[in-house]
Amino acid sequence: MIYDAIVIGGGAVGCAAARELSRYDLRIALCEKGEDVCVGTSKANSAIVHAGFDAMPGTNKARFNVLGSRMMEKLSRELDFSYRRNGALVLCFDEKAMPILEELLRRGIANGVEGLRIVAGEELHRLEPALSPAAVAALYAPTSAIVCPFGMTIALAENAAANGAEFFFYSRVTAICRRDGLYEVTAGGRVLKARTVVNAAGVYSDEIHNLVCGDKLTIQPRSGEYCLLDKRDGQLVDRTIFQLPGKLGKGVLVTPTVHGNLLIGPTATDQADKEATNTTAEGLDYAAKMAGLSVPDLPMRDTITSFCGVRAHLVGGSDDFVVGESADGFFDAAGIESPGLSSAPAIGVYLAELIAGKLGAAEKKDFAATRRDIPHLRELPLEERQALVRENPAYGNIICRCEQISEGEIVDAIHRVPGAKSLDGVKRRVRAGMGRCQGGFCSPRVMDILSRELNRPQTELTKSGGESKLLTGYTKEVQA
Amino acid sequence: MKQVQLAIIGGGPAGLAAAIAARENGVEDILIIERDKELGGILNQCIHAGFGLHTFGQELTGPEYASRFIEQVEQMHIPYLLRTMVLDLSPERVLTVTGPETGLAQIRAQAVILAMGCRERPRGALNIPGYRPAGIYSAGTAQRLVNMEGFMPGKNVVILGSGDIGLIMARRMTLEGARVHAVAEVLPYSGGLKRNIVQCLEDFDIPLYLSTTVVDIHGRERLEGVTLAQVDEKRKPIPGTERYIPCDTLLLSVGLLPENELSSAAGVKLSGITGGPEVTDRLATSLPGVFACGNVLHVHDLVDFVSQEAKKAGRNAALYLKCSRNSAELVRLEGKNGVRYTVPQYIDPESMDDTVTVRFRVGQPYRDAALCAWVDGTLLRRISKRILTPGEMEQFPLRREELPAGCRNITFTVEEVAK
Amino acid sequence: MTQRQLICIGCPMGCQLTATMENGAVTAVAGNTCKRGDSYARKECVAPVRTVTGTVRCTGGTAPVVSVRTAGEVPKEKVFSVAHALNTTLVKLPVSAGDVVIADVCGTGVDVVATKNAK
Repeated sequence: MIYDAIVIGGGAVGCAAARELSRYDLRIALCEKGEDVCVGTSKANSAIVHAGFDAMPGTNKARFNVLGSRMMEKLSRELDFSYRRNGALVLCFDEKAMPILEELLRRGIANGVEGLRIVAGEELHRLEPALSPAAVAALYAPTSAIVCPFGMTIALAENAAANGAEFFFYSRVTAICRRDGLYEVTAGGRVLKARTVVNAAGVYSDEIHNLVCGDKLTIQPRSGEYCLLDKRDGQLVDRTIFQLPGKLGKGVLVTPTVHGNLLIGPTATDQADKEATNTTAEGLDYAAKMAGLSVPDLPMRDTITSFCGVRAHLVGGSDDFVVGESADGFFDAAGIESPGLSSAPAIGVYLAELIAGKLGAAEKKDFAATRRDIPHLRELPLEERQALVRENPAYGNIICRCEQISEGEIVDAIHRVPGAKSLDGVKRRVRAGMGRCQGGFCSPRVMDILSRELNRPQTELTKSGGESKLLTGYTKEVQA
Repeated sequence: MKQVQLAIIGGGPAGLAAAIAARENGVEDILIIERDKELGGILNQCIHAGFGLHTFGQELTGPEYASRFIEQVEQMHIPYLLRTMVLDLSPERVLTVTGPETGLAQIRAQAVILAMGCRERPRGALNIPGYRPAGIYSAGTAQRLVNMEGFMPGKNVVILGSGDIGLIMARRMTLEGARVHAVAEVLPYSGGLKRNIVQCLEDFDIPLYLSTTVVDIHGRERLEGVTLAQVDEKRKPIPGTERYIPCDTLLLSVGLLPENELSSAAGVKLSGITGGPEVTDRLATSLPGVFACGNVLHVHDLVDFVSQEAKKAGRNAALYLKCSRNSAELVRLEGKNGVRYTVPQYIDPESMDDTVTVRFRVGQPYRDAALCAWVDGTLLRRISKRILTPGEMEQFPLRREELPAGCRNITFTVEEVAK
Repeated sequence: MTQRQLICIGCPMGCQLTATMENGAVTAVAGNTCKRGDSYARKECVAPVRTVTGTVRCTGGTAPVVSVRTAGEVPKEKVFSVAHALNTTLVKLPVSAGDVVIADVCGTGVDVVATKNAK
């Protein structure tokens, strides 16, 4: 078996590449080291589709961000994931810093961002009454948006799979050899052959690149800690609130999420370890303190969870994404830090076009461009919801009471392709356990459903794959 | 749309006792709506003994206590729905429910009793830093897994929080063959019963570390250990006091929160302190015809008091259905100086029972203190207390005859007796 | 003559009790602030007892385990033996609350009974 393309990495970029490649008459495989798609940087970030004013004009970051931002609304309709164009404000707290804000405006215009303008004084505070009175002005970016990063990545993956892409999980790539004009990719103990390879390995994209290319890349993992607040606080601001960017990134933001929670963060701390997804007391305190400068009196005691993501920051280069053909048939999407989520769809399109061109592949006639999400029952009008429950009574059996997620939705999540195999897999797909009790009530019930649907004993189930077993066994020394 | 006289949301101890009392007071058309597969609520997983000393004069296990009420409900032929969840309650008392018997349907009730209970505070609410591996459970989730489903969540356990659920689980896990290495309590005292400290910890040589919390969680996939540290008076960790304990399981017993999503969506006024509805001495919420009792109202430590309170809610819902009178001028009850809150928050001196038991908790432990009730600034009565602790709900009986006409405000305080 | 320290469980006071023992009998109790402390210490030092609750594994039905208790108190030193008995007993469903699951557990003369109906 020879694949036309092997995508390494099942994050937003890898899944976007796989989905766009699946438009063409190509055999595609995606190798993911984890148990599921969307388990790395794509699952722990700000969930923002940036407008694109931040990156320097002419960079890949600027180009793919603006393109991605323009594509996202249509894509969210085609693939049925949660997206809302809520706009963003970049706050300026000091008249003396106004030139920086104006520079950001000019940069945004140069990047092709639409609708940017500076708002000041009363207008600013009318737009967002909860802002600190210390905010004197802001850059307003009406095209900035919020998105469900799990929803988007999983939708891309499902659509890629529906169009023929094969997914290999627990398939960490450890070697890539070039032989007879093909790449032999050792992934999770098996060797896959392909004409082309896409490196979308996130924080590991340097290592994958370095397996093939002479010029070496180095990623500096940079962690970002966040706090997620209860839905009762989701209305505190309507737009995404940034502060003027600093050296390590866009600073700490305050934003509603598409699901109605309030998110604050991230910090930016360089780490030695690519899996440094642990939160710290200092980090969470810092995030709260900095967020409090934008929106004072944040109800931090309404925090329902905190988390930490690691961004893939390339060092020693031009502070830009590396996107393109780095060796014959080897395509990089390396160093995809912010605005990576925003850029992913555009990077996917770009790489797929390059690869299709190189392989001379034509578009498939039967490409299915749309995908329907698992129904969000709680968001449906009563009659529609009733009809679904009549059709499938499992939609009427509520399992997660905080988010009102039904058994039917969870069963759907398990049987999608690629489907949920763990508690976190279910949670990312249908939000069971994502609410204010954080799975306290529904975890045993979701485990029960996973066990039944996957036909696996509960004692083998995991929180998030690998060694993350939920139980150590049965009580009692005798078993029935 | 289906109509009922009285809908009771929740078939745990509160809902069951409320239903029985409502029937005893003449309400024929009652519907208990329970989301689990059986009646009894959390009592089903509380298999330890210690329930019902006040009500039945003996120490029953949770399932035994529940069954006494369930049997009565069955004998009275009070209808109930299982596996049925109330998704929404409107201010006009229309309930949107979903379950196998009803499908997704709406029910209009003339009166509603909220008896949804409470839920556990999760890790996120404490913002404990560290990784997010498998093996971190709230104590109640572990209790369900062990006691009802026969699963072991882990073998080497640390418990954060020394409330009664944490203590009870320390013993349960030990008897099931796990090793409990420590119970850490952030406060300088335990909120659990002395009896549980002795019989759940000391009996098994499980150390209880006071003024100590979890400051780091280790392990990326399955929990590998926790770091404990002592805390200062402001509950901030003291550098240099960290100690690492290898474990595969962390159980959190860090507080209970009344579950009021439905109430708050319906517009029921909630207390910022209890997290439950503000109620009158009739346990009426701010929404006409909507009553509340049990842990949805405020977190109780004894189920006997839940049953008592629920009986009262059932009786008052029955009275309301007979003649819904508009309340006269209400007297506001408040807690101050060490009394954190009161339930009820209001009384109606015109219609109140001869004695209304006002329940509350204190904010810190006191020895040789007194509970005082003040009516519009004048001391009404003082009750001496050798000990007051936040873990024990206090009560103060308020007698109708002792309230002066026209009073507006009754305040409850702790008075410390000078040594 | 030996002394033993214990905490009274009679009420939230948690009095620190000191029991003086001679030849296996309590001769004096100090530290208690009421008579409950005195009688608790005398019983706890000489013949401590506990009610054991737990579950036993089920077969022949849908319930994986059923909750049980000792019908009365058992000597404290037998708690682990009783727990072991619970952990190694298999009960055939259905059972009703009150049914004897293990008779005379560990020779204590006390039965283990189901506390719930299970099928």
